[in-house]
Amino acid sequence: MEHLSLEDQERLAQTGLEVGMQNRCGSFFQIDQDVVQTTCGAEGIEMLPIKVALEKYDWMRDYYWNAVPADADKYTKYVAKQETPQGLVVIAHPGVKVAMPLQACLFLREEPVQHVHNIFIAREGSEIHIISGCASSWQKERGAHIAVTEIYVGKGARVTSTMIHNWGAGISVFPRSATIVEEDGTFLSNYICMQPVNRVTMYPTARLVGKNAVARFSSIVVATPGSFLDLGSRTILAAEQTSTELISRAITTGGTVISRGHILGEKENTRGHIECKGLILKDGTIHAIPEIEGTLTGTELSHEAAVGKIARHEIEYLMARGLSEDDATATIIRGFLDVKISGLPEVLQRQIDDAIDKAESGF
Amino acid sequence: MLDISDLHVSVDGTEVLHDINLHIGQGETHVLMGPNGSGKSTLLKAIMGFGGYTITSGSIVFKGQDITHMPIHERAHLGIGMMFQHPPAISGLKLGKLLTATSHMDESAIEALAQSVNMEQFLTRDINVGFSGGEMKRSEVLQLKVQQPDYLMLDEPESGVDLENMNLMGKEIAALLEKDIHIVNRRRSGLIITHTGYILDYLEADQGHVMISGRIRCHGNAREILRVVKEKGYGECLRCKPR
Repeated sequence: MEHLSLEDQERLAQTGLEVGMQNRCGSFFQIDQDVVQTTCGAEGIEMLPIKVALEKYDWMRDYYWNAVPADADKYTKYVAKQETPQGLVVIAHPGVKVAMPLQACLFLREEPVQHVHNIFIAREGSEIHIISGCASSWQKERGAHIAVTEIYVGKGARVTSTMIHNWGAGISVFPRSATIVEEDGTFLSNYICMQPVNRVTMYPTARLVGKNAVARFSSIVVATPGSFLDLGSRTILAAEQTSTELISRAITTGGTVISRGHILGEKENTRGHIECKGLILKDGTIHAIPEIEGTLTGTELSHEAAVGKIARHEIEYLMARGLSEDDATATIIRGFLDVKISGLPEVLQRQIDDAIDKAESGF
Repeated sequence: MLDISDLHVSVDGTEVLHDINLHIGQGETHVLMGPNGSGKSTLLKAIMGFGGYTITSGSIVFKGQDITHMPIHERAHLGIGMMFQHPPAISGLKLGKLLTATSHMDESAIEALAQSVNMEQFLTRDINVGFSGGEMKRSEVLQLKVQQPDYLMLDEPESGVDLENMNLMGKEIAALLEKDIHIVNRRRSGLIITHTGYILDYLEADQGHVMISGRIRCHGNAREILRVVKEKGYGECLRCKPR
């Protein structure tokens, strides 16, 4: 970290990276293809570079390219063909609960393409929070980041995965991730991207295979001019009494957001809801495509989507209380982006709030 | 405090208020009555300065300043406050956050005020989202208690409020208008739109006005006007020739 320029350190701090490890129980840092740090102080939690994990545990092969098929698309194929896999493996052993987040930092500095393969395994009854901060060097004009992430949430386990992006206007990003959630397991995924980026395409999928499993995806994104964000999330309700919520807030100030969502209810007593809201601040595109698909009578699925500008009467209401037009507008935008995520540790919520605060000046 | 002279207001190119003249002195509370659609709310919104209400001629002077074309928030800073009949629901914006943003009060002071109108549970709720009629009105009163305007406009404070809430609201509104202070020393003024007159159970009004089809037809004692309207309806006002 000390080798990085001050500008780059600041860019990383914006993704939630705590250099001094305050409020973090473990840290993984990969610059381009080099893992420069893996430390973990939490008992019962292992953080390993994927290469080391594959050598250490034979059973790791059961999790390697399982949730995400290696041949899913050209990006997964690209990661799969690498001789030396890079990325992070987190293993939370049974019953281990850590409230303090682990941080994973992926930094694109010089290489044209960064490839990453992460595997997070939460064994029965464990609980972990992972904050992934992804950024590129301020000097990096063009590049790509391709990251496969496979997440396994065991029986009664709980995984919160928060990803904050801070790329540059010439960087293209291709996260490919999937999660399998077992009985009584909970998976919370949060995604924040408030800074310019060339292109992000992703469609993470959670497959709820055990009774009572829950998945909740939340995303807060801003498309600045030139940014093209094709985002989505999908949950497959593949066991009884599973439920899911897909929540997204998208703002465009001139870029494009495609906000997809798909819930497939294929078992009895399942529930799912998609909430997709878009705010067009300056002419740009927000294209919401919520899909709900039920295959039997015992599933209840719904969606609501709205795209528009800030209602004039809302601004005037706040002005009547004494706020200037600009302050009233900013206050309403803050509210729009304020997706409180239940069960999120305060430090993570603060991180999300900070990311929003920093982007706010651009509105 | 408020002087409206020869005011004409248009909405979407059609004149809806014609030649309004209204003077509200310091410490006075006035009541505005009239059938639905007569333009009462329009007048309040024009005084507040909302977009869509175009003043084509005439003037609004507040505390000696011409505010006819002043932005809304500057009018609020000058001391104009309004209780909305249908306040918007703004998802994500917490009531407590709004109160902090619009005042210099600390959290404990806001909490104490919220408690006084049974709204402490609502500070962390999205403003007006899923609020009942009574809760919405209490939220409006709370916002005004924080704002402490010198001139208060109330658009049907009774609508959608049950008896228990009406009692609380009535007392709070009376306090906002300094009804507890002797008439000589009272500085706050108010303009209240009412259909039922229930609010008059809690405070005295100094004057009443009847608006019909965008014109103020008569001025007089508020209770007397209310009695006449209750007995004879607005038909009587229509037949009445304005002097």
